[in-house]
Amino acid sequence: MSAQAADVRAGSVEAAVRSLPVRAARLRDGTLAMGWAELHKLRHDHLDIFTRSVQPLLWLFIFGTALQHNHALSGGSGDYRAYLAPGVMAQAALFVAIFFGLGVIWERDVGQLQRLLATPLPRLGIVLGKATGAAIRALAQAVVLLIVIAIARISIQWSVQGVVGAIALLLLGTAGFACLSMILASLVKTRERFMGIGQLVVMPLFFASSALYPLAIMPAWLRVLAHANPLSYEVHGMRDLLLGISAGGWLWLDFAVMSSFLVVTAVVAAKTYPRAIL
Amino acid sequence: MTALARAEERAERLVLVDGLVVRFGEVEAVAGVSFDVGGGEVFGLLGPNGAGKTTTIRVLTTLLRPTEGSAFVAGHDVVREGLAVRQAIGYVPQAISIDGALTAYENLEFYGRAMGVPRQERRERIEEAVDAMQLASFLDRLGRTLSGGMLRRLEIATALLKQPVVLFLDEPTVGLDPTARRLVWERLELLREEAGTTVLVTTHQMEEAERQCDRIALMDRGRIAALGSPVELRSRFGVPALEDVFTEVTGGRLEEGGSFRDVRASRRRSRRLG
Repeated sequence: MSAQAADVRAGSVEAAVRSLPVRAARLRDGTLAMGWAELHKLRHDHLDIFTRSVQPLLWLFIFGTALQHNHALSGGSGDYRAYLAPGVMAQAALFVAIFFGLGVIWERDVGQLQRLLATPLPRLGIVLGKATGAAIRALAQAVVLLIVIAIARISIQWSVQGVVGAIALLLLGTAGFACLSMILASLVKTRERFMGIGQLVVMPLFFASSALYPLAIMPAWLRVLAHANPLSYEVHGMRDLLLGISAGGWLWLDFAVMSSFLVVTAVVAAKTYPRAIL
Repeated sequence: MTALARAEERAERLVLVDGLVVRFGEVEAVAGVSFDVGGGEVFGLLGPNGAGKTTTIRVLTTLLRPTEGSAFVAGHDVVREGLAVRQAIGYVPQAISIDGALTAYENLEFYGRAMGVPRQERRERIEEAVDAMQLASFLDRLGRTLSGGMLRRLEIATALLKQPVVLFLDEPTVGLDPTARRLVWERLELLREEAGTTVLVTTHQMEEAERQCDRIALMDRGRIAALGSPVELRSRFGVPALEDVFTEVTGGRLEEGGSFRDVRASRRRSRRLG
């Protein structure tokens, strides 16, 4: 091979990867490869799903039952446990997602991250694949929760499009929060510090949202925060789809907010994530 | 030199490093390093911890941008053509890169996908890599249950799936017992004979380097202190062993290298591998 040919070929590799279809295909394959690995990890560790499902069930059956007949909390819709169900589903997924970054720090401390970054995988594909892993865990957890809700005869409105739609929203949200977690993970040096920051982020996100109580009964300042909190939109939409009670038919807005949230966090994470190795 | 001549040289020399400088703030980790590696060669970067070996490898594997100077791998500029470089290389970092939560086979499958090995070829490539590194007996075991020697061989196998033009190994035998170490080298020798793979390896095991490498660059404080074949280096300095060459060029500071952080990391690693 002549040197010029080598140069031309080198140039053409770089030029080819800039074309949109090639980039899209690489992104798809990269995301699938990472998602595939995450799925197999979960397969070896399915107990994790059940242990993680305990906490949301405690919220639902202890907190929910204690306040079962409080009409202010349930937005006037009757059974508070039904009102709370989408909230704890979203909350459980949020916990999975926010502490997902811990795995990134672990992978950096061993050598996996450096190795991944030296493969042809696109950065955005790595991030989206990891986020898919978090979403798969959230999906498994949501199925467990829905089964328990059905057995306990908590009165949500069962419909195929309702359940599918709510889960879709839940997965979007989980992937978005997992990307947020990866951004945080790339900014801190140690696992201990990340735990602290995770707690610092997760509780305000949870309380300044409509997961536990309707926006209407919040003080005005908290309501402003809740409106800026993606979790509120996730829960709002899920409640709309599972209970049919959220007023206003703003479902499209919930999906739009959660999709944009995922796009923004994923793009930022793809930029900050490689910095994690330094 | 004309542009064409330079391009020709790049194509011939699979690794070409010219005046490489990497600074982290005030610290100069690599302070003007130049060397090249030809096809089929096993090239060793030697030196104490903190000499700049890993930093150099990180530049060549596109993980770090150089502050100054240039580097080409398989004819591609590591800065401007990062993707082409990543497609042409195999890289086994010093720390563990296997996913402990996946089985050995799943790790191979994953890296096959990650390296972009087409689906129809993947199974065959995995079988070849399994044979080359003798992994057949533990393919179904989870990564976290494997011994240090098994992990290293598995890691090298995952780096072979795309038939790399250059294989980068960062301290491949650190923390391994002599038997495991011998097996790793034995497999690498075979790989070189059969596939003619070019290998760039870092180590601070002098006897190992002396036995395995065609040429050696001794690094010290971010610079190359001596470069040549083991025989050349020994005769140039008139000493019986490579270890003595090192003492000659560095003034015997082999023991002083490495920060607390490096030492802690390598001890932790050997504990995990051992």
